[in-house]
Amino acid sequence: MLAYIGRRVVLAVFTVWAISVLSFVIIQLPPGDYVTSYIAQMASTGSVVSDEEAENLRIQYGLGQPMYVQYLKWMRLIAEGNFGMSMEWRRPVTEVIGERLWLTVAVSGAALILTWVLALPIGIYSAVRQYSPGDYLATFVGFIGLAVPNFLLALVLLYLGFVLFNAHIGGLFSPEFNDAPWSWARAWDLLKHLPIPALILGLAGTAQQIRIMRANLLDELRKPYVVTARSKGLPESKVMTKYPVRVALNPFASTIGYTLPYIVSGSIIVSLVLGLPTVGPLLLKALIAQDMFLAGTIVLLLGVMTVIGTLVSDILLVWIDPRIRLEET
Amino acid sequence: MMGDVVAGSSVSSSREALLSVRNLKTYFPRDEGLVKAVDGVSFDLYPGVTLGVVGESGCGKSVTARSILRIVDRPGRIVEGEIRFRRPEAGGRGGQVVDLAKLAPDGLEIRSIRGAEIALIFQEPMSSFSPVHSVGNQIIEAIRLHQPVGRQEARAKTIEMLRRVGVSSPEQRVDQLAYQLSGGLRQRAMIAMALSCQPTLLIADEPTTALDVTTQTQILELMRQLQQEDGMAIMLITHDLGVVAEMATDVAVMYLGRVVEQGPVDAIFHAPRHPYTRALLRSIPRIRSRSRERLTPIAGSVPHPYDRPTGCPFHPRCTDFMAGTCDRQEPTLRPVGDQHAVSCFLYR
Amino acid sequence: MAEPTAVADATKQRIFVASQWQLMWWRFRKHRVAVVSALVVAGFYLAVLGADFLAYANPDASEAQRSLMPPQRVYWFDGWRFRPHVYAVKGVRDQQSFRRVYRADPDQKIPIRFFAEGFEYRFLGVIPTTRHLIGVDGGLDATRTIFLLGTDVQGRDLWSRLMYGTRISLTIGLFGVTVSLVLGVVLGGFSGFYGGIIDTVIQRTIEILRSIPTIPLWMGLAAALPREWSVLQVYFAITIIISLLGWTELARVVRGRFLSMREEDFVVSARLVGCTQMRTIFVHMVPSFMSHIIAATTLALPAMIISETALSFLGLGLRPPAISWGVLLQQAQNVQTVAISPWLMLPAVPVIIAVMAFNFLGDGLRDAADPYT
Repeated sequence: MLAYIGRRVVLAVFTVWAISVLSFVIIQLPPGDYVTSYIAQMASTGSVVSDEEAENLRIQYGLGQPMYVQYLKWMRLIAEGNFGMSMEWRRPVTEVIGERLWLTVAVSGAALILTWVLALPIGIYSAVRQYSPGDYLATFVGFIGLAVPNFLLALVLLYLGFVLFNAHIGGLFSPEFNDAPWSWARAWDLLKHLPIPALILGLAGTAQQIRIMRANLLDELRKPYVVTARSKGLPESKVMTKYPVRVALNPFASTIGYTLPYIVSGSIIVSLVLGLPTVGPLLLKALIAQDMFLAGTIVLLLGVMTVIGTLVSDILLVWIDPRIRLEET
Repeated sequence: MMGDVVAGSSVSSSREALLSVRNLKTYFPRDEGLVKAVDGVSFDLYPGVTLGVVGESGCGKSVTARSILRIVDRPGRIVEGEIRFRRPEAGGRGGQVVDLAKLAPDGLEIRSIRGAEIALIFQEPMSSFSPVHSVGNQIIEAIRLHQPVGRQEARAKTIEMLRRVGVSSPEQRVDQLAYQLSGGLRQRAMIAMALSCQPTLLIADEPTTALDVTTQTQILELMRQLQQEDGMAIMLITHDLGVVAEMATDVAVMYLGRVVEQGPVDAIFHAPRHPYTRALLRSIPRIRSRSRERLTPIAGSVPHPYDRPTGCPFHPRCTDFMAGTCDRQEPTLRPVGDQHAVSCFLYR
Repeated sequence: MAEPTAVADATKQRIFVASQWQLMWWRFRKHRVAVVSALVVAGFYLAVLGADFLAYANPDASEAQRSLMPPQRVYWFDGWRFRPHVYAVKGVRDQQSFRRVYRADPDQKIPIRFFAEGFEYRFLGVIPTTRHLIGVDGGLDATRTIFLLGTDVQGRDLWSRLMYGTRISLTIGLFGVTVSLVLGVVLGGFSGFYGGIIDTVIQRTIEILRSIPTIPLWMGLAAALPREWSVLQVYFAITIIISLLGWTELARVVRGRFLSMREEDFVVSARLVGCTQMRTIFVHMVPSFMSHIIAATTLALPAMIISETALSFLGLGLRPPAISWGVLLQQAQNVQTVAISPWLMLPAVPVIIAVMAFNFLGDGLRDAADPYT
């Protein structure tokens, strides 16, 4: 088991490295070097950057040196917690991102939890009561989830909410809590606003997981060990939940980790449509304004967050499947 | 009444039957048609006796076993018949007879019988155990389901049971998963699980078919020994006539959902009456046959379940077919000897 | 007694001698939903070919006088006769909201003509013509034309733009899938066939790529495309960007198939008979999983379409004057605009239908893919 976890961690490290390289590429893509643009930007608004400061910056970021040196310097800065300056906002990137990253985590996490909570019982129900009206309904809703892109769903729901209920269903906070400092009241307000974005983001993943659970459970239900359990005198509900569900849970749990990148991806666009104060809208603005440190850092952080989430779900899988726990290979 | 001629114990007919199946019919309504998996089966089972149920694949042996325990897969259901079971005296129920066919399939009563008073063991022990739970876990579950014991005590009983069926190092084995045991050990563990609550009736559905010959012998030996120690009845379902010859006291031969012949094992093997039984015995390769002698299989093949022949189900393949009779009317079981009955128009 | 068996035998004979493709077709045919989806997809691609014919207005003709016009209602009967027509519409600027408000004039009926004359184009890129499916007399006159689905903020007809958008959205998907297919088959094939180190490296790469959230990456790469690039260059660049991450699914399918087939007896015997590796792969192994590849490719298309739509919706993908579903939907980005002009959301409908159709079709193909199981 430890070997398995070890391998996942190593893979996660490599993934983070790949993401950091890609983020670096994104930062470097626009023409011209960023420090010069930064200094020019500062100058154009009247703030002056002294020659000494400019020289320091050049050394810090390794300008004029080969790419890999610049990359390493950037990595070292990050290790120190320095993510660079946002040119558009003229503040450190970390300040600009602020709580948005945590809100992205909250929304994505809520979507993931919702996927688990919805897909598992619905998938089980669909398999056990195959061809029932409930099964068909679940399949139908599932298809909608798969066919309608999440941002379009968000748009339609917004429109309907506006036109039918005269309510604005976007946003993560009520107006009074928007810029307020953190408190229990604010956290509660957030929780009240989470379900709709979570549902929109998680619908496609939920639909997919329901199909997986249903297919696998249907396979397991036909197997002999289910008959054995029944023949021992177990009540039907126990026969289901202790045995075939437990076995079908493995492919379910192993694939659910991969819905997280999709959820995080989707949150970018959906946040735009719903006006959520997450990292998404910020990323778009940064890219359009060619504010590369901000953009690159956001991509990096999003990637790392996703990898951590996937790793956690992989470890969860180990806990569930004793076959992995016991095997050496 | 037909019930009088049903094969019973050749040991003593004055004892009361443990299980009496009368005219059991289990049908499966499918889109393509009605499959009559079990079409009028009757037999008796006495304590301490082994009834061998023989027949080709698809003749309804397994469905009969499952019908007894009411675990027939949907959409199959029992449409007619009685399954009278005499419950053991311990536990305050005092030898009462209950018709299993009338019980609710998921009700409390049948569930208290399943596993505790009637146990079932299967052909494929590998897939009959859960792949993600330890063997011990599943045996303990059976114990705690029917007996008011704590976990520690159940575990101790499990280890004892494993030792009794011949599993080496039971203290380690009890925590292993099914795939970690060999085929023979798995089947022993399955037997341990079945016998953990001392049932009075053990139904074994092809218990040795998936095992190699040496293991087969060991398992059969084990079952015989346990039967002697506990006095339980065994219903041994198999298509292997050799196993039947070795283990059974009585035999019931089935074809397409009906019992075509039943009687004491000697009578069946040395004086078979029904053409099907005769053909079955003829088709067994013998060790003393002349070399280059052709095997004699039974002509034709088992009809498609949706395409049942009219009249006697065996008539298309019967060497003693009598036109006009065998394809028009259905024969019923008639006595032809001491505890020996046949369902054939040859013996009117 | 013998009758049913004779019929059964004849059917069995047919099945025995049928080719793999015939078997697949028979199985596919039973899947009614998939067949309907196939027809829908075919319909879409016909629209791609005939986009110019189906459109009736020049998609780039903007006219501030008719900005944000709602869809016109079509009246099918004029009194007793079957003569479809629309009412002419007058636009007036509302003094309080400063928005244009449109009122239909029932006295001015504009009949709809079939195979009418309209703007000039080249049918199938070759034949110059001015005929369109529908149109109105004097169609080039801005005040007397038809707007089936209304107009956008620049006064351009939405229906015609939708037709052209279909063309780009569906073909960009094809190019993208082709790139993914090549990458997926090659890399997946190497991975599955050779195994060992190559397999491990490619496998790990696939896992890494799967763990990365795609949209932020695409956004970053797309935003880096120089502004000066032409529409066509942007088109291809976007395709490649999307395919760079999209090949992983196909590679996994191909690899899985190669792995399971390597051990099959027919492959071993091909090698034993003396076939070279190339021949073994292309003549013996590839035909067995062709059908799976087709199914997986069909299922990869909707993902491409959604990706392009999403990127263009954000403004980072295709840009005007290119027209795609995503570009059209960019106008419908926020609820304020949409609340006033809900018809701007209409391009979402073909997206949803196309995605569903491709999904059902792919599912049907996948179910039919292995006729021998």
